[in-house]
Amino acid sequence: MNKSSDAVLQRYEQPSRRGRFGDFGGQYVPETLLPALQELEQAYATAMEEKQFKEDLDRLLKIFAGRPTPLYYARRISEELGVHLYLKREDLAHTGAHKINNTIGQILLARRMGKTRIIAETGAGQHGVATATVAARFGLKCVVYMGDEDIHRQRLNVFRMELLGAEVRSVNSGTKTLKDATNEAIRDWVANVENTHYLLGSVVGPHPYPTIIRDFQTVIGHETKAQFQHEKGRLPDLLVACVGGGSNAIGMFYPFLEEPVSMVGVEAGGRGMDSGDHAASLSLGSRGVLHGSASYLLQTSDGQVQLAHSISAGLDYPGVGPEHSFLKESGRVSYLTATDEEALIAFQWLTKQEGIIPALEPAHALAALQQNKINLSPGSNIVLCLSGRGDKDVHTVASALGKDLS
Amino acid sequence: MRRIPRLFQSPGKKLVPFITAGFPDLESTVPLVLAAECAGAHMIELGIPFSDPLADGLVIQRTSQIALSNGVTLDWILETSMAIRSQTQIPIILMGYINPILKMGVAEFLYRASESGVDGLIIPDLPPEEGIQLFASARSQGISTIYLVAPNTPTARIRQLAIEAEDLLYAVSILGVTGSTLDARENLSHYIERVQTASAVPFVVGFGISTPADVVRVADKADGIVVGSALLARLEKSADPVQEATQFLSELTTALLDAGSISSTGEPE
Ligand SMILES: Cc1ncc(COP(=O)(O)O)c(C=O)c1O
Repeated sequence: MNKSSDAVLQRYEQPSRRGRFGDFGGQYVPETLLPALQELEQAYATAMEEKQFKEDLDRLLKIFAGRPTPLYYARRISEELGVHLYLKREDLAHTGAHKINNTIGQILLARRMGKTRIIAETGAGQHGVATATVAARFGLKCVVYMGDEDIHRQRLNVFRMELLGAEVRSVNSGTKTLKDATNEAIRDWVANVENTHYLLGSVVGPHPYPTIIRDFQTVIGHETKAQFQHEKGRLPDLLVACVGGGSNAIGMFYPFLEEPVSMVGVEAGGRGMDSGDHAASLSLGSRGVLHGSASYLLQTSDGQVQLAHSISAGLDYPGVGPEHSFLKESGRVSYLTATDEEALIAFQWLTKQEGIIPALEPAHALAALQQNKINLSPGSNIVLCLSGRGDKDVHTVASALGKDLS
Repeated sequence: MRRIPRLFQSPGKKLVPFITAGFPDLESTVPLVLAAECAGAHMIELGIPFSDPLADGLVIQRTSQIALSNGVTLDWILETSMAIRSQTQIPIILMGYINPILKMGVAEFLYRASESGVDGLIIPDLPPEEGIQLFASARSQGISTIYLVAPNTPTARIRQLAIEAEDLLYAVSILGVTGSTLDARENLSHYIERVQTASAVPFVVGFGISTPADVVRVADKADGIVVGSALLARLEKSADPVQEATQFLSELTTALLDAGSISSTGEPE
């Protein structure tokens, strides 16, 4: 676990000016989108220089999203593991996941750019709900693209989005999951780029999205740092987070990248690494280009993107954010996987031991600890990003456990 | 001289059909290209199918899926290009997304494309800035790099891209994906005029052109038109795709000849 300590304490300045994290990132998009990406980059740069923007953002994070979220000591689980495990409670943020941190930031940018229509992709529905929520709050029209497969898996979130006034459009192309919902959102954006902001939900896509979304999510890591310091007077030894596109993980990791802190990202191992049914882009994928950026992805020998699988819709994506590809290559962060089954066990464990029902996504991160996949020194201080709550997953869990809720 | 610039030095508007390679089946691709040429096509765009074609509408999404399930690979497309080249001198453009090309390896792809008699390359998700090396290397091997411009591309950039492209520019007719419907008349003709004025090289117009009337409307100021989704949608429904392609492309050829002959008088129709 301490092997990465030698890689730290160097200055970390990514991305480069052209939106590159080493070899990864970039802007692989149709010509039509280049002006919009430039507009977004400029709007973001000027916003960050304005005190007013930061104040608006901070105030909304506080009074609308309910930040700061607590850092919670998981006593019973810690005892079992022989370590000190803290949970960063993003499940307690408004709408039940970290996704709201990014949607609040981006809706403020959309308003600055004078956009009147918001579109988004969603897998688990958490990002869709977080987008529909801020669109409702600011009275903007909102369309959310969602794979048909996911609409069935996440009916509760579909209904939530509709209550919030969003139109949920079912995507029937390709694999009918997050990857295809993202394609469809990009196609919509190409056609409506003049009045529409594409509110992308994770640190993927063309520059500047991976950077903007990372920056909006770093509130997780900054709060954690201050809270941990306050509680223990020091830095944690290890950070653990699940990785779908990678936004909660990078939000937690980024403020610690120049510190002597180890970091582990946990991808979805699905039905197992030999099964071919997984979403382990970093662990088993290869370099390529998907949705506008160069990164690791799951693909065939002919460069066709493969179907990902995970019990958790939020991790079910064959690509990953370019910065994670960079952090993997540089050795700064370690990435490993947890299977559907291991995540289910961890889900029940946290629920019974701590009275917290986690989303299936962070249950993967917890599973990595429970299954001893990470070499832990006794008594070490660990922070796990509990990226969301599990209400949305109870149907999935029930059916995996053979219970009929209908 | 390279085939594409030579083609555009000859008089007349050019008809460029887009065919997804391996659609509707592997055996059809060569006969479709030859039939298209007989029906008046001047150049062929062969689509490399991709699992995630984010600049394409429903028709090309479907034909790409079908082609992929027929087992089409980039390797097969290069072999097929060579088979076409052994039978005709019609210029061939490959149009495809960057990922399959990266997976094959850029150097190998360009070498084989050039050996197979491929004349031009369009990569809709590779802006010139991201593809500096790839495009330079393609040009050095005699392959024309055809850049896309769109209605929201600033005029200065159109001017610049035309110079860099060297041989041919592709003006995307609309803000949208392939197979969308064309814009209101004034917007479209203003845009095409803007490209005409800014571009130092010939340009074709594509996306959303589906009827002889569209052809007349668009070809007035352009050097050629590309027809993809409308052609493929007809092939999809037809029991005899080769015959269907021949008939549809013949109709468009006639329309294009009309457009050419009245282009100096301004408003067609
Ligand atoms: C609760 C939760 N955690 C994690 C994720 C995965 O996304 P990311 O890797 O961007 O944090 C999702 C995505 O929907 C989610 O809902």
